[in-house]
Amino acid sequence: MAHYLLSVYQPAEGEPPSDAELQEIMGRVAQLQQDMQDAGVWVFSGGLEAPDTATVLAQGGDDVLVTDGPFVELKEYLGGLTIIAAPDLDAALHWGRRSTEAIGLPIEVRPFQWSP
Amino acid sequence: MTAAPSSAGISRIFAEEYGRCVATLTRVLHDIDLAEEAVQDAVTVALTRWPAEGVPPNPGGWIVTTARRRALDRLRRDAVGRDKEARAVRETPAEQDEPEEEGPVRDDRLRLVFTCCHPALALPARVALTLRLLGGLSTPEIARAFLVPEATMAQRIVRAKNKIRAARIPYRVPRDADLPERLPGVLAVVYLVFTEGHATATRTDLAAEAIRLGRLLAELMPDEPEVLGLLALMLLTEARRPARTGPDGTRVLLADQDRTRWDRDLVREGLELVRRCLRRDRPGPYQVQAAINAVHASAPDAASTDWHQVVALHDQLLALAPSPTVALNRAVALAETEGPAAALAIVDDLAERLDRYHLLHAVRADLLRRLGRDDEARAALDAALARTDDPDDRALLEARRG
Repeated sequence: MAHYLLSVYQPAEGEPPSDAELQEIMGRVAQLQQDMQDAGVWVFSGGLEAPDTATVLAQGGDDVLVTDGPFVELKEYLGGLTIIAAPDLDAALHWGRRSTEAIGLPIEVRPFQWSP
Repeated sequence: MTAAPSSAGISRIFAEEYGRCVATLTRVLHDIDLAEEAVQDAVTVALTRWPAEGVPPNPGGWIVTTARRRALDRLRRDAVGRDKEARAVRETPAEQDEPEEEGPVRDDRLRLVFTCCHPALALPARVALTLRLLGGLSTPEIARAFLVPEATMAQRIVRAKNKIRAARIPYRVPRDADLPERLPGVLAVVYLVFTEGHATATRTDLAAEAIRLGRLLAELMPDEPEVLGLLALMLLTEARRPARTGPDGTRVLLADQDRTRWDRDLVREGLELVRRCLRRDRPGPYQVQAAINAVHASAPDAASTDWHQVVALHDQLLALAPSPTVALNRAVALAETEGPAAALAIVDDLAERLDRYHLLHAVRADLLRRLGRDDEARAALDAALARTDDPDDRALLEARRG
């Protein structure tokens, strides 16, 4: 069994969904997570806070530098992620498709090189 | 063993058997790279033996058996490969030296088709992998055919094979339920190879390769009408090749072609496939395009073309796969049934979306000329000329401008 990361890409600008829309989306996401659990593929899911809440740590000489803000400013940022265990890419793409249908945002499906 | 073969004969055998052998070895070894290496090893052995000893009665079976033995030797020597060896040995009980049976081999090649043409791979990568693994073309040959540097093509193939391994693209024929979604991606690869080959007279080998792949798909999936439709479309288009070029080397349009120069065997085969598709009655875009070509192929000269049928088929094609270029082709046919004024109204509606397409302006020019609007026709020809650099296109347009 391999592990795949399903990342939600969110536009940095533009109109966010209304509360009613958001509630609908969250309902679909909860149902999807339930379906993933029932299918035995679900490992972890989470939604992330906005990128301006991020802090970057990087080694600079002997010190570790602390920087306020995301690593790079992009037009789209990582809004949330799901990790699934799936036998192959077709299975992973199936759940990726379900995710983009539930959330309405692009989903990147990427295999893990290794996992403990 | 047969008589000592020529080296050209041996190369042809390798090209024909390559896909079959790589497909089988991929199933056994669970790795495309290992499978390719093993087949190449076996080919090297064959090259030293066959010229002296003759070609074995089942060359493909010989290559597979030799390749498998070589691969297992290699894996045994290679500590990292222990895991794979165990799997490979476990999954190939007692058939070590038996020639491969036709059934599983056929499935292997079909698996390889769907792996090479997986939608998670970009179209150029799918094309390169299919030609490499199923067509048995070398990387330099593929690079030359697509006019890209060899290093670029090598990189493209390595990257695609790496993604297949890392992302675990399965080596499997999709379930029937998934086939409607997966098959168009496979057919698009073959048709792209064909249109590349058809675009220029010097690249006929690509067209031949596409037809070979089309025949393979038709053999592997005889119940899929779109597979037969694609093969028919390619055969009927290829049949016209001898008539597409005039004595002076310039392109000849369909209406002006000497139809006695069409390849009658290809036409016959294409028409028979179209009839088979019609009997299935599960139309798709390739079948309808093949049917349009069949109408042209059945007309002894341009004047006796059944244009009502051509228009009806374009209507069907527009319903299945709407596109402005299909609408433009429909307008060309409609000019023959309803007259140039009706066709011009449609073309003018398309003008905005197809403004950059030289053929829109060429078609407009023709319709305007037939309506006696010569000044506008000339302006449209100029617009067409401004939008193409292709010498054949330009020669045709300039001849019409006078």
